[in-house]
Amino acid sequence: MDVLYFAWVRERIGLPRERVETQAATVAELVEELRGREARYEAAFADLSALRVALDQELSDFEAPLDNVREVAFFPPMTGG
Amino acid sequence: MRVRVQEEPFDLGAEANAFAEGGMANGAIVTFTGVVRDVAGGLAAMEIEHYPGMTEKAIAGIAEEARTRWNLGDVLVIHRHGRLAPGERIMMVATAAPHRKDAFEAAEYLMDYLKSRAPFWKKEITSTGAEWVAARDEDEDALTRW
Repeated sequence: MDVLYFAWVRERIGLPRERVETQAATVAELVEELRGREARYEAAFADLSALRVALDQELSDFEAPLDNVREVAFFPPMTGG
Repeated sequence: MRVRVQEEPFDLGAEANAFAEGGMANGAIVTFTGVVRDVAGGLAAMEIEHYPGMTEKAIAGIAEEARTRWNLGDVLVIHRHGRLAPGERIMMVATAAPHRKDAFEAAEYLMDYLKSRAPFWKKEITSTGAEWVAARDEDEDALTRW
């Protein structure tokens, strides 16, 4: 699947998007996998309460399943308007 | 209903005029414009990042929800991204309705939801550095009144 990062999540991880091959069943499992990779991922995902997640461009939550999901995006709370 | 997400500036007067010519059944038109403000006097620029694809869908969803809640003739949302200078217009919403209460309330609803549910992120650039604007609890709380 494609994993996208925005705002300071993108800056901490150091890239805007990447292709991830995973068996993770939920968003939370995917986050655990990513955190285990490198310190920059650990830094980005240290506090999940400061993060939001979208699945295929719809706002979702960390317990959501990843079945048939093609695009996961992580970002801080939005500041539009 | 029109939603535009763009980097280039928009002409507020031209947009408002074109919107106002929409329909004879609309007795009320409300427009709101958001401007880059420089509270402390040290802001060099505001950088606005967004999530192409999701942004347009999220705004269209918010506008459609507004149309189910109020009697609206038309809705326009323009939101910019990229690097903006203090004083530049960031975004505008316009609502047209037979009566003003619907137009006012729908415009406020659109603004409340655009702040916290449309995937934009603002970064303030000053002479001393750059900082992401944190979401405010009040903005999230504002959604509960709807």
